[in-house]
Amino acid sequence: MRKVDTHRRVHPTIALWLIVGWVGFCLLPWYGIEDGFLSLIWLFDGYPFEPGYAPALFLLLQGEKLWLAPIVIGLLLPIFALATAKSARAHSTLLILAGAFGFGWLIAQGFGIGLRGFQFEWLEALFGPLGDRQFGMGYGALLAATAFLFFFTQGIAARGAINGDVFVVGSIGFVIAIVTVFVFFPILSLLTSAFITEDGGYSAGVFIAKFFDDKLWGTACMTFSGRCGAAWNSLILAILVGASTTVLGLCFALIVTRTGFRFKRGLRALTVLPIITPPFVIGLALILLFGLSGTVTTFVADLFGVQPTRWVYGLPGVLIAQILAFTPIAFLVMIGVVEGVSPSMEEAAQTLRASKWHTFRTVSLPLMRPGLANSFLLGFIESMADFGNPLVLGGNFDVLSTEIFFAIVGAQYDQGRAAVLAIVLLAFTLGAFYAQRFWLGRKSYTTLTGKGDAGVHPQLPAPFAFAVGAIVAAWTFFTIVIYGMIFYGSVVQLWGVNNTLTLKHYVTAFALRITEEGIRWTGSAWDSFWTTVQIAAVSAPLTAAVGLVTAYLLVRQSFAGKNAFEFGTMLSFAIPGTVIGVSYILAFNVPPIEITGTGVILVVSFIFRNMPVGVRAGIASMSQLDRSLDESSLTLGANSWQTFLRVVLPLLRPAILAALVYSFVRAMTAVSAVIFLVSAEYDMATSYIIGRVENNDYGLAIAYSMTLIFVMLGAIGLLQLLVGKRSIGRRGQQAPAAVTAT
Amino acid sequence: MQSNAASVVFENITKAFGKDVVAVDDISLSVEAGKLVTLLGPSGCGKTTTLRMIAGLEMATKGRILIGERDVTRLPATDRDVSMVFQSYALFPHMTVLENVSYGLKFSGFPKVEVRERALAGLDLVGLKDYGARLPSELSGGQQQRVAVARALVLEPQVLLFDEPLSNLDAKLRRQVREDIRDIQTKLGLTVVYVTHDQEEALAVSDRIIVMNRAVIAQDGAPRDLYDAPASRFVADFIGEANIFDCTVESVSDGKAAVALGTYRTALPARGIQPGKAFVAVRPNRVAIAAAGAANAIPGDLKKITYVGRHLEYFIDTALGPVFAVDPDVNADFQRGQSVSVTFAEPGPVLLSN
Repeated sequence: MRKVDTHRRVHPTIALWLIVGWVGFCLLPWYGIEDGFLSLIWLFDGYPFEPGYAPALFLLLQGEKLWLAPIVIGLLLPIFALATAKSARAHSTLLILAGAFGFGWLIAQGFGIGLRGFQFEWLEALFGPLGDRQFGMGYGALLAATAFLFFFTQGIAARGAINGDVFVVGSIGFVIAIVTVFVFFPILSLLTSAFITEDGGYSAGVFIAKFFDDKLWGTACMTFSGRCGAAWNSLILAILVGASTTVLGLCFALIVTRTGFRFKRGLRALTVLPIITPPFVIGLALILLFGLSGTVTTFVADLFGVQPTRWVYGLPGVLIAQILAFTPIAFLVMIGVVEGVSPSMEEAAQTLRASKWHTFRTVSLPLMRPGLANSFLLGFIESMADFGNPLVLGGNFDVLSTEIFFAIVGAQYDQGRAAVLAIVLLAFTLGAFYAQRFWLGRKSYTTLTGKGDAGVHPQLPAPFAFAVGAIVAAWTFFTIVIYGMIFYGSVVQLWGVNNTLTLKHYVTAFALRITEEGIRWTGSAWDSFWTTVQIAAVSAPLTAAVGLVTAYLLVRQSFAGKNAFEFGTMLSFAIPGTVIGVSYILAFNVPPIEITGTGVILVVSFIFRNMPVGVRAGIASMSQLDRSLDESSLTLGANSWQTFLRVVLPLLRPAILAALVYSFVRAMTAVSAVIFLVSAEYDMATSYIIGRVENNDYGLAIAYSMTLIFVMLGAIGLLQLLVGKRSIGRRGQQAPAAVTAT
Repeated sequence: MQSNAASVVFENITKAFGKDVVAVDDISLSVEAGKLVTLLGPSGCGKTTTLRMIAGLEMATKGRILIGERDVTRLPATDRDVSMVFQSYALFPHMTVLENVSYGLKFSGFPKVEVRERALAGLDLVGLKDYGARLPSELSGGQQQRVAVARALVLEPQVLLFDEPLSNLDAKLRRQVREDIRDIQTKLGLTVVYVTHDQEEALAVSDRIIVMNRAVIAQDGAPRDLYDAPASRFVADFIGEANIFDCTVESVSDGKAAVALGTYRTALPARGIQPGKAFVAVRPNRVAIAAAGAANAIPGDLKKITYVGRHLEYFIDTALGPVFAVDPDVNADFQRGQSVSVTFAEPGPVLLSN
């Protein structure tokens, strides 16, 4: 018999957050510490009285920063709530008041008082000059803010929102809060600059003039009389990339799941190569192959006696590079969906006299629609946001992401123009997002039901399998050539000039000496290498966690404003890294959140850049889990958190793996946002490599890239071991003959 | 395993989805502790929504729900002491049978050893003691169904809910599982609310049947009452087959109505119906056939005779319309095309107002 008592007066969750809040207020340094987020130096340097390291309580006791005093009210109110029953009106009112007031006050004082005292003139007019200042928030403020947030959500839950489900309300509140702070706030800071005139005022005219620029919307290339606008270029490129990567991803998924192909493991490993490759490396290899003096170009020119051309610079080159780079993402999305299609549906179709081909076309393929749509959307957005390949291969083919970069970094230094370009980019990606919604419609794609499912996926019809196999083989061959070039490039003295084999680039970068005190990392690349590994390892699990919780909320819960919620979580993905980078610098260089130049800003930017992949992967696999599984768990007495942990998560292992791998790898290979956010202390591998490329030190750059590739391969293998495969006991997976690649 | 059976009471419950769709419209019902009550009705009548409101998977828009005299209207599923067996069984595909059955026990605060003991006892009860280590996909449909029942039973819930539990089973198994469910229910004295659209299943297992139609309760009563004294044309038609004829009530006195069915005259319990137009419902097994020319009978032509093993089925054309009759006497000597007289057994026809 389940013991249920809504009138109990023990509230462990509230007690927990009370402790967190008070610890933040009384024990931990309130303001950010210059020495870094993880440094513990403050413990021995005047804590708890030194103002830089003091907790809020000690600041107040010493008569400093008196505007922090009202925070105590927010931490006292929940203590009274502990004494009331959950169903009592006073309980929820106290919690909501405490949370809203505490959080509101933190924000108000954070924005109101900055490095130079009051931030706004009217505050100064009202209270007179402050004569004091404050820095960015630190551990203490962070804990207090978190506690206030959860007081608030628990109050809302106690009022009966979402059946009083504390976990769900809390998660929604948490996701909204972090997305607001780390996506909307920086983007708002950037977008307002689209309207700022040269003398600092605001004007819509500035925006309109920049928006209707011919460099954006020109159509001269249609008549072969000149160049098209960056907007058109980006759109065409993104559609081509989205469509091609989806088709290729589907081909790979089909070969792996529905043919007797023997080297499935190898194929999987191969498809992963391009995502673990820093983007500009593929561009570089393409130039080495097809550039004006590239290997293939000169070979063909000699063979047929034609003049070498620069065809690879522009749309063709960028297209090839992006397809190479993004097909594996489509593959990762498609594999989960193709495996998830219930074999019994396909078997049903076959028994209904459908041929293998008909079965595939009328049952399997339509059931894969969510995967197809998701994969197209990912390819489209990735292409829109890609920065490295257009930078290397674009030539005269301007796209939005590089234009934004040059608007900010180049001689023009025009934040307004960058903002306008960002708005156009956003409009495109959101358009694709809604088109996908429209296409998927309201059909049900639930294929993994609560009934145990016994069956085997049918094989592809032979001619079709042959065609798919040919495509895969061609792509695979091309990829091998590209990587061969990269590897070869890392072990020659000087590409194209002196082709003697050497390991000197590796030695320069990764030399180490074993001395009596231990290992000495003498290579030039070690610093940036360890920083990169550390940041990637920290951000990957956080990204996956945030992404999957968000996906769970979107698929399994219904609440007011869900569409806006989904929009918010996908927004950061639609914004290219360059824009994220610049907006983060604008938003987080000053209090209340002052994290520029730290490792934290890198981790945060990776989380919000890569979270949408976790969300989409989670949504795609979760919509194939029948809802009755959750419901039966709930009626068996598990709460929504336990249900999420024990039923939903274990069935989502492929999605978890995809999210983990992707976010880890992206954190190691990302360039666009990173370029703006690195500092001397936190230099990342990619920005170091770009620095080498700029110094024409290609050998070292390629050798470093090669090393990164192997490190990431190792990491992916490790993750696959850790996460394992979901065992749902379909017959095909248990037969010893069946190949269960990973 | 013991019973914590409790009663369920709905007080003026309404459930609306969005603004216009009313799935359940102001219904009140009560289920006594230890009884098996079936919610029966055509698809879309609101029976599953009603069940899900008992479980706490849907929240009532208006009204009050009591389980064991406690108001649970606002409690979510997790906090209600109710278990449910789903139509799809909803066995967790990544857990073994034993893990599935232990699942709910883990959240009920039992020590580990007891969780295992109780789960094994539950499996034993449904005859699957040796299947604990298997995955759900390695069981047959009937076995999966029994695992789902065991998983719900071991929690000893106040109320056990079944959502069309037999619809994925074959006919023979359906009869057996339905008897098993009824046996366990009576043995343990459980309160069970059972949803089905199969009237035979409902008649067979229930202490009481609540017939629903278009979001409201059409009739609530013991199986026999529903069959023999349907309250409306809908119930007469839905539960068992019925011949329904137009008739005229000529007069009512002492609770007896004089009824005219064309030329045929009979007296029936009035059931509060006033003189005027009405309907008469007659079960096929209450229709008697005699040779043509009997006194105060309805003349007709025998159109078709079907032999189905345990009885004969007759299709007769009369002035009242087509009549369907069944006769357990499979040796009766009637021929197709023959003229016959139709009469009604006593008690037989039931007067209906609508």
